Amino acid sequence: MNKLNINNLQKKFGSFEAVKKISFSIAENQTVALLGPNGCGKTTTIAMILGLITPTSGSISINNQMLKQDHHYLSKMNFASPYVELPKKLTVLENLNVYAMMYEVPDTKNRIEQLVEELNLAPILNKKTGELSSGQRNRVSLAKSIINNPEILLLDEPTASLDPDTGDFIRTFLENYKKKNSMATLLASHNMDEVSRLSDYVLMMKEGSIIDEGTALNLISKHGKENLEQVFLKLVRQNEN
Amino acid sequence: MKIRRILSLMLRHLYLIKASFPRIIDLIYWPTVQIILWGFVSKFFTMHSTYFNNTAGIILTAAILYDFLFRSSISYNMLFLEEIWSRNLINLFVSPLKISEIIVALTCTALIRTLIGLVPAVLIAIPLFGISLIDLGLPLMLLLLSLYLFGITLGLLVTAGLVRFGPSFENIAWASLFFIAPLGCIYYPVEILPNWLQVVALALPLAHIFEETRSILITNTVNYVNIYNALMLNLVYLSIALLTFYRSFKTAKIKGSLINVGE
Repeated sequence: MNKLNINNLQKKFGSFEAVKKISFSIAENQTVALLGPNGCGKTTTIAMILGLITPTSGSISINNQMLKQDHHYLSKMNFASPYVELPKKLTVLENLNVYAMMYEVPDTKNRIEQLVEELNLAPILNKKTGELSSGQRNRVSLAKSIINNPEILLLDEPTASLDPDTGDFIRTFLENYKKKNSMATLLASHNMDEVSRLSDYVLMMKEGSIIDEGTALNLISKHGKENLEQVFLKLVRQNEN
Repeated sequence: MKIRRILSLMLRHLYLIKASFPRIIDLIYWPTVQIILWGFVSKFFTMHSTYFNNTAGIILTAAILYDFLFRSSISYNMLFLEEIWSRNLINLFVSPLKISEIIVALTCTALIRTLIGLVPAVLIAIPLFGISLIDLGLPLMLLLLSLYLFGITLGLLVTAGLVRFGPSFENIAWASLFFIAPLGCIYYPVEILPNWLQVVALALPLAHIFEETRSILITNTVNYVNIYNALMLNLVYLSIALLTFYRSFKTAKIKGSLINVGE
């Protein structure tokens, strides 16, 4: 069963068409990756799903129910991005308390303890979020993004600017989390290894359109390339020469 | 509207206040300095002006009430600016928090911030200048309510500008109250203004509030018409501010500017 359905979603800013009537769906427990160059419409697509941008046309449905603005599904969704930060003057624990309340998480104390253990947050729990390294901050941001056990998780470049070790920790965590929890994930990333490793299906975007799609392996073999990066470069540079 | 979600946003700001001693000092310092300054000015006028003779405390009371308005409006703006500065706005907008819940949470937190700043200053005025706000009696609550509603109204209008135009609107946030202060007739009767400006001033709740404050202190009588007018005007302006806030939020979503508010 599809958790999220995107149907002919379009966004125009004046005469500029940022997203051109794209359609895709994400099934329960599936991770779909949005791949594409900067400005191809990935963030705008995610923002429309999150209700931050009103689509010009098209529809978004969750569990076959069409979304309206300020939809109640926001309590069952969550989002993480290194470009969106948690309040820096609050400690990690305070931030988790605030967001647990905001998402009306039942048994807050236990849920926070669980996240602290799974994401190894104990040593930094009483530190101010602004004093953390980018890797530590990323883990806290991830904890916030799953604090409500979301049915749909949207991740915008979750490991951008992280060292390989921390990046691997996050990816491993997401892999394990997905095994234990039924969740549809939409991942926007520029990291091809990450996309290959985490996603079940890849949507290649360019200039607001989905120009190709399939599993990472299918795309690699279909385009006769050795890896997803080469596929990405081929598709992005098509028609540019 | 869910209480728990409202409390979560209030908790976020109370944690912030609790965590920083300089922040608490900053909240208390400015109202206290303001009241001490106006206290001495008031004392001087009382001794050297026939108008203020035997009416000690008119200026100081007006200063305290104006500061209450100023603090409530600025507090509201500050709370929203804190979210912009900490790049946390998107986290709030993608959470289940409704706009109405954000407004209620900011309104309640702004009141707490205002009281933290103003209560010590008001208490200082009692032994230092022999002036107590309680002299205004029961109508004081209605005057404070009116001032608070107007402060929140201004805060909402500025916040609507921040949502729609981003942090570049920040300067307006600081200047908003100074624009209308001359028309508020805080320290002088409305008759001082030219006739055409009196019409504008009386269209604002402030002129009614401060006219009534002076009236109570000078004549010891309460004119509930002024209080009623102020409250009614407040309801009109608050409704306009709420509509403006919702509209700017809707426009920001259409224009896509919401995701850049924290940039």
